[in-house]
Amino acid sequence: MTKSELIDRVSQRLDHLNRKDTEVALNTLLDYLGEQIAEGRRVELRGFGSFGTKARAARKGRNPKTGDSVDVPAKQVPYFRAGKSLRTEVNRS
Amino acid sequence: MMGGQPPDIQPKEGDALLAITKADLVEMLHDRIGFSKKEAQELVETGLDEIRQALIDGEEVKLSGFGKFELRDKAPRPGRNPKTGEEVTISARRVVNFRPSQVLKARANGER
Repeated sequence: MTKSELIDRVSQRLDHLNRKDTEVALNTLLDYLGEQIAEGRRVELRGFGSFGTKARAARKGRNPKTGDSVDVPAKQVPYFRAGKSLRTEVNRS
Repeated sequence: MMGGQPPDIQPKEGDALLAITKADLVEMLHDRIGFSKKEAQELVETGLDEIRQALIDGEEVKLSGFGKFELRDKAPRPGRNPKTGEEVTISARRVVNFRPSQVLKARANGER
């Protein structure tokens, strides 16, 4: 499912919202989630899962083509952990 | 002064701010695009439910600019009960994996 399919499915279920309003709302929602995750906030969505960031330490890496040693800087990596009910349901079928 | 002070809750490290919840998302949609609280709540619940349902149906979900929720089938593997040390087999399972988009990864590092 792509974002545009998600917009279709959601607007079909909510008859008082047209596709355009649904699109604006879902884009605003995803943008806000991204903004909060990027700021290092945890996002906890009951029945779905949680988002956050994890720190990765700086490390020495190698350029796989040349074999040269390169410094990979420390960074924050966004993660998602599915909630218990989603984990169970995905695994059922 | 009588009466209770609110309990002094110390945030855990890396958790200095309270987590964002669905209620915050509803509030945000109300403030930013003028949805009523009811409309905003329906939108949040339906949006998450459609993503969830797609994953349960075995469908990957790719949200451009945000990330991709994919499914991975894991083979059974040996494990241990960490409490008893007993050897157990961890059964084959399907798990949800999230791959953040380049944009989200960059934003998390203060780029863009």
